[in-house]
Amino acid sequence: MDITEVPVSNNNKGKNNEYKKPKNKSVTKERNAVEPKLEPKLEASETAFPPTFSVSEIKNKQRRHHMFMKFKLEKSKLKLQVKKKKKKEREALGDKAPPKEVPKTIENQRVYDETTVDPEDEEIAFDEGTDEFSAYFNGLTNPKVLITTSDRPRGRTVRFCEQLATVVPNAHVYYRRGLALKKIIPQCVARNFTYLMVINEDRKMPNGLVLCHLPDGPTAHFKISSVRLRKEMKRRGKDPTEHSPEVILNNFTTRLGHSIGRLLAALFPQDPQFVGRQVATFHNQRDFIFFRFHRYIFKNEKKVGIQELGPRFTLKLRSLQKGTFDSKFGEYEWVLKRHEMDACRRKFQI
Amino acid sequence: MADSSRLCSVFLGSETGILKGVSLSRKQAFNFCNTQHLSRDEEVRVLVWGDRAETDLLLGARDGSVKTFSLEKGSFTETRSCGDPQEGGFTGLEVLEEGGLVTCQETGTIRVWREASSAPVAEVVTGKNVCRMRQNPAQRNKMATGGKENGLKIWDLENPKNPPAFSARNLKDDWLDLKRAQWVRDVAFMPQSEKVVTCTGYHQVHIHDPSSPQRRPVMEMEFGDHPLTALSLPTGGTSVVVGNTRGEVAVLDLRKGLVRGALKGLCGGVRALQCHPSLPIVASCGLDRFLRIHSLEDRKLQHKVYLKSRLNCLLLASQREEWGGGAGAGGEEVKKEEEGGEEDDEVWENMERVEEQGKRKSTTEEEEVLKRSKKGED
Repeated sequence: MDITEVPVSNNNKGKNNEYKKPKNKSVTKERNAVEPKLEPKLEASETAFPPTFSVSEIKNKQRRHHMFMKFKLEKSKLKLQVKKKKKKEREALGDKAPPKEVPKTIENQRVYDETTVDPEDEEIAFDEGTDEFSAYFNGLTNPKVLITTSDRPRGRTVRFCEQLATVVPNAHVYYRRGLALKKIIPQCVARNFTYLMVINEDRKMPNGLVLCHLPDGPTAHFKISSVRLRKEMKRRGKDPTEHSPEVILNNFTTRLGHSIGRLLAALFPQDPQFVGRQVATFHNQRDFIFFRFHRYIFKNEKKVGIQELGPRFTLKLRSLQKGTFDSKFGEYEWVLKRHEMDACRRKFQI
Repeated sequence: MADSSRLCSVFLGSETGILKGVSLSRKQAFNFCNTQHLSRDEEVRVLVWGDRAETDLLLGARDGSVKTFSLEKGSFTETRSCGDPQEGGFTGLEVLEEGGLVTCQETGTIRVWREASSAPVAEVVTGKNVCRMRQNPAQRNKMATGGKENGLKIWDLENPKNPPAFSARNLKDDWLDLKRAQWVRDVAFMPQSEKVVTCTGYHQVHIHDPSSPQRRPVMEMEFGDHPLTALSLPTGGTSVVVGNTRGEVAVLDLRKGLVRGALKGLCGGVRALQCHPSLPIVASCGLDRFLRIHSLEDRKLQHKVYLKSRLNCLLLASQREEWGGGAGAGGEEVKKEEEGGEEDDEVWENMERVEEQGKRKSTTEEEEVLKRSKKGED
């Protein structure tokens, strides 16, 4: 039996021993035999910095953790020194200092999407001019929204639906009563509804949204997360009034983004003369759509004060289906395929 | 325009009525249309070659008109009205040997049109709700139709009044004794035999054999949970490529009924699939506005082209130079090697004249012989 004696009393030494780790894993077996000979050599060099091995190869969890903490501390010290040096140089140079480097963010590094819409593209302009929303964007129809939930909704979802109904003008909340969506849709069309919104609930929390444009329009299925109802909001203003809000759509650049943007914009009536000072914002970032509802007031030409009213929630698009709601036999225009699409961290679809 | 149409190797029809051509070698896409006169009524439903030489394209549009596009001239040469827009869009458009057109619309009437006549020469009523009509490439007067609650039927156009040459029977009733629903979405004739492959809206793939007495499907396979919308047969005859409404495209094995592999990349419903007649390549297009070309051997994506409208149908120009470019390039390389070989021969000939080098050669040969003999001894 080959028993290599590793000194237990001197903990430090034991940890230093691990430094003598060759890169080749096949040699690790030899290491144990070699260790006792090399101990005296290593006593001189405390920390061979930078080490020629990775901390993850230490099998002992406590020692590995300790090593990693030390490693991180040294790294952050280095970083601080570099920063201080740079700052000194900057001050020394004064005006001639090079411009500050822009930090890399995922939005900066976003892979250019070839489906990004060019505003002057005639084909896309024609496509959008004659799609299912053309009636709304040409001013021919006014939105009328039906909000409902999945069957037997619980308190939070019910309150969320009521608050949504105050945010979206001309919205009506109806209790679901276990009816099939495919049967509700022809009745809605007959009563001139333009949108059907179904909030899906799971474990007393709203978690999904099916937004169906009514005459024969696309159906979008979103996942809802981080819902904050009115009473949970800090420093909020009074309840929203009956005025139609303005709509702000941020960062819907690709073709799919355009479709979704139009879908969300068509929920609100079009009126260039804004009356109430309320605004609904749909902000797209990294394929998540953030909804906020504010009231603004211009204090002077350059300063605006805003108060957040109303619920806030985040949406993530799961699928866009052509035609009204028909999840089994409908044709999908876009489907989120998790492992295929999420492979690159810098590539987004909306 | 004429040049660009000659360069294109893939032609696609879109929902906005634009005929698009894509040249893969140059990575360019061309729109063959008149931008001022676009309309959704001209949505292209079917595309077919006008003749075997692939010089003319025929497009079937939603308003019932069939347009001819000439590749030489690069423009539309003719428009005919071949159907009523109220009868639904075209589900099949084929060309007959003797120069006639066969059209089929969703209400199910197959019509045969001859040149310069505004009324159909012959009509065959195939039932309601036809989703697809295809022509047998071997026997050009046989047409197969299928649709919702309308099973596969093979019609002989030479005897339009007769009942269909083959009418498939529905599957056996299920365990509750209820009739199985049938919805044939796409049909394809298998090249070397009489068999017909169909894919259904209930995610099944059936093979029917008209030559056998069995009218029920000879083979039945299932794939996925969503309706299969497009189907194509690669050369080889043992597999089929299907696509469904969610953008899942897979290669299925026809002998065992198993999935061989999936072609990844599509994220919208597949509207059209076509396999190249000689190369192991499949082109797919759909609602996600992209044309994708996958290789069938390793199922990898070879080309992806963004075309800004939703695409309805596609056609591969199989006789284009850029497909044969692979073989041509190989030929060129072979020629170069041969030339190189010739040069080498000359060099060796030059060397052989010098005696010393010749001796060296012979000595090395002798050494090799010795080594071999030694090895033999060992």
